[in-house]
Amino acid sequence: MARFTPKVVTANALLEGDVIYLTADDCWTRLHHEAELIEDEAHAQLRLVHAMAQKSVAVGAYLADAKAGPDGPEPTHFREVFRTRGPSNYPHGKQAELI
Amino acid sequence: MYSYNDFDEAFVRSRVAQFSQQVHRRIDGSLTEEEFRPLRLMNGLYLQLHAYMLRVAIPYGTLNPRQMRQLAHIAQTYDKGYGHFTTRQNIQFNWPKLPDVPAILTALADVEMHAIQTSGNCVRNVTSDHFAAAAADEIEDPRPYAELLRQWSTDHPEFQFLPRKFKIAITGAPNDRAVTAAHDIGLRLVKNDKGEVGFSVLVGGGLGRTPMIGMVVREFLPKEDLLPYVEAVLSVYNTLGRRDNKYKARIKITLHETGKEEITRQIEARFAQLRPLFGGHDQDLLAEITEAFAPPAFRNAPVDAYDAFYKADPVFRAWADTNLAQHRNDQYAIVTISLKAHGATPGDASADQMRVMADLAERYGHNELRISHEQNVILPHIHKGDLPAVHAALVQAGLGTANVGLISDIIACPGMDYCALATARAIPVAQQIATRFDELKLEHDVGPLKIKISGCINACGHHHVGHIGILGLDRAGVENYQITLGGDGTETAVVGERAGPGFAYDEIVPAIERIVGAYLEHREAPEETFLEAYRRLGLAPFKAALYPSEGKKDAA
Repeated sequence: MARFTPKVVTANALLEGDVIYLTADDCWTRLHHEAELIEDEAHAQLRLVHAMAQKSVAVGAYLADAKAGPDGPEPTHFREVFRTRGPSNYPHGKQAELI
Repeated sequence: MYSYNDFDEAFVRSRVAQFSQQVHRRIDGSLTEEEFRPLRLMNGLYLQLHAYMLRVAIPYGTLNPRQMRQLAHIAQTYDKGYGHFTTRQNIQFNWPKLPDVPAILTALADVEMHAIQTSGNCVRNVTSDHFAAAAADEIEDPRPYAELLRQWSTDHPEFQFLPRKFKIAITGAPNDRAVTAAHDIGLRLVKNDKGEVGFSVLVGGGLGRTPMIGMVVREFLPKEDLLPYVEAVLSVYNTLGRRDNKYKARIKITLHETGKEEITRQIEARFAQLRPLFGGHDQDLLAEITEAFAPPAFRNAPVDAYDAFYKADPVFRAWADTNLAQHRNDQYAIVTISLKAHGATPGDASADQMRVMADLAERYGHNELRISHEQNVILPHIHKGDLPAVHAALVQAGLGTANVGLISDIIACPGMDYCALATARAIPVAQQIATRFDELKLEHDVGPLKIKISGCINACGHHHVGHIGILGLDRAGVENYQITLGGDGTETAVVGERAGPGFAYDEIVPAIERIVGAYLEHREAPEETFLEAYRRLGLAPFKAALYPSEGKKDAA
């Protein structure tokens, strides 16, 4: 069987639409590196179900590939990298708001 | 231009009230996202990559200064101080917050605007020639027909759940500036042998993953038969169109699978049934609408100031040469304001810039503004004597770029900087190409060249009909850009030809440079445009320039 690629649970916040990540202690964070890095497939499904149940906080929850880094989980796909910072044409979104 | 009657006003207000309640119920938890999603999409509200996005309809691309100022107000109050004009003549706000959306829709309703039917499987904003009622080559103003179609299609009970979205474009001029051949229905005003004006009706055009040029299903449709005929097309599509596969649901596939002859027969049969049911009320309405589009009272004044500036000021002359188009009144010009400053985001205007454009339209432009599908803003009626003042004001606002129709006048969809569907970025590619050719000081020498960039296969950036088309894809987790050449979105519409394997993000600008280099090398004279040269030469010399190492390999 193929090895499971680690994941984080991510979604958009209902009110602002901003990108959010599920943490290990069941909170939502705006920072990718604070997300829970999930290394087990069964656990990933449980965490996704948990996220999808939070209908008044999170919209469109899904599992995104990630890897361990020195400060916490890091995205692996470029789409997820863009989601951690915002658009490239203006200093808007997370790259401006989270400094 | 058209002004809302009591019915329009009441309809839009009631929809705002309805959707405001729905937003409220979503926030308090009484609606789930599954329930809310189709409702928000019906009202133009998307959830994108980093935020919500509100798509506001600009019917047939026509705006008055008051509306433009209100868009500026919304951009400043509820967004990040700018708006993005799209290839469907709409405007998108990239950062609205869900609790603010009811207030935004109310502000829009205050100036007779809305976001209804800017998403979903219904008839979308009817687009038109951005030079309508001003162009010298026009047979008739297409906008009264566009407005008639807007009223007919808005909340039409039969066509709210079509197999897929449905786009209609209409042009009144033989030079097609509305890309009618790439729409589900393309309408072209034509004259028959008797000198009567009617429509040539194209069906089944569209870009996306299966690009197709529309086919003429009716050479000449009398003007008064427009609504019953369009309704017949929609009706046949609604019955035959596939609902089992999203990718085969557009009318272009229906047409392809049914065959032109058979679908034409069915349309005509349905038309014969429907026509008697239109008892002339549509024609009364059309007459009313047409009055609202009466031409402005053109000024009769000398144009000496224009001639003097044109001779004396090279900056003004460069701008006049690229950004002005011929008006039907010799004393007037059509001004295209470029939203493509080199290195800026194609189609974006700041709130301040919107206000400047509104002021200019009010002071010099008979209160009219247009949005082009090429993501620029048009002042359709400017007296030539006022052009120096208009140009000076534009330059001051950062809107004086003299590049309309040139290589840096690029169409780009929002791509993966904003769009949840995108597979790669489009905006930074446009920014880099424009910046590079500005550095090279080549673009005026290169002449007319349309580059169009899409960040996914859905082709919002019209890449298939770009002289050079660029399609951004995700190839094994890396952005990759495919090039098509020789596309054309005008009356001689053709889908571009794929040049070969794609290029990485940092290879795409040099690749475009090589294509342009090949053109400059092979053109017969500076008068031969890129598209003409491509049609004469074919793909080979461009391919050789794009993939030089392959040529070497063959030789070895």
